[in-house]
Amino acid sequence: MPSRRKKTGFGGWLFLLLVLTAYGITGVIDTETTGQALRFSATVMLSALPAVVMVFFLLLAADLLFKPAWIKRHLGRTAGVNAWLLAVVGGVLASGPVYAWYPLLRELRDKGMRAPLAAVFLYSRAVKLPLLPLMIHYFGLAYTLVLCLYLLGFSIANGVLMEKLENPGEPSD
Amino acid sequence: MPELDMTRSFRRTVRTFVNLLPIFTGMLLLTSLVLTLFPERLYAGFFGSSNTLDALIGASVGSMAAGHPLASYLLGGELLDNGVSLVAVTALIVSWVTVGLVQLPVEALLLGARFAFCRNVISFFSAIAVALLSVWSLRYIG
Repeated sequence: MPSRRKKTGFGGWLFLLLVLTAYGITGVIDTETTGQALRFSATVMLSALPAVVMVFFLLLAADLLFKPAWIKRHLGRTAGVNAWLLAVVGGVLASGPVYAWYPLLRELRDKGMRAPLAAVFLYSRAVKLPLLPLMIHYFGLAYTLVLCLYLLGFSIANGVLMEKLENPGEPSD
Repeated sequence: MPELDMTRSFRRTVRTFVNLLPIFTGMLLLTSLVLTLFPERLYAGFFGSSNTLDALIGASVGSMAAGHPLASYLLGGELLDNGVSLVAVTALIVSWVTVGLVQLPVEALLLGARFAFCRNVISFFSAIAVALLSVWSLRYIG
């Protein structure tokens, strides 16, 4: 995770507070519907609980194994096909909010990384390894696998398109 | 030192997880409330005309969202259970992470306006393509 990332996240708690306020208001207007919504939430929460627990352990594994320094070291100096593959891997392994990665990408670009690789990195972030159990829980294993494969493929396609837009007429790596 | 690394990672993960919990709980509660207050028939009218239009609507909603991807899975899962097409839901969850209208000014500032604009436009249409291709592939696989 990037070092410049915020350590605390009050936004989430504020969001929860706003939702609870909405429940409070709805509860005053229509108690029955609000109770129904709460029961529905409890059912969904219980069914998703095992996946949420697994998310915790995968987040821990990701934090232990993948460091921003690794991404910076490899993405910054590699070229050719390897650079594209590393951009994909780096994006998949990158955790945290997207805006936290912009400064690192800026730094890498200042050091010579090409813009299409930044696009590949940002797109492949759509594959969220620690959240896969939850995706499988909601959409099934086959869907998750198919979607992830397309996302990885399209991350490269996005990079190629970005390259064409940046340097029209020049062949890509 | 590996032991120190483990403790540090564990603390960081707990912190990340604690920050995720209110988003997860809040999104779950909000989705349940919206789905209970506005039953299927109300929003079903927006979807279902065609796969491409469903994907376009899904991608547009996802592009405007700025929350944690976890929230998109919850929302997508519940929408799917309530009759919204898989194409629309897929476009929503893909564009949720790959397109960032809210973050666009920051991206433009740090990575360049041309880069940010082109990347987001390409990612928006990619979300539609990924959604259509994923669903077609799943149908083909069976």
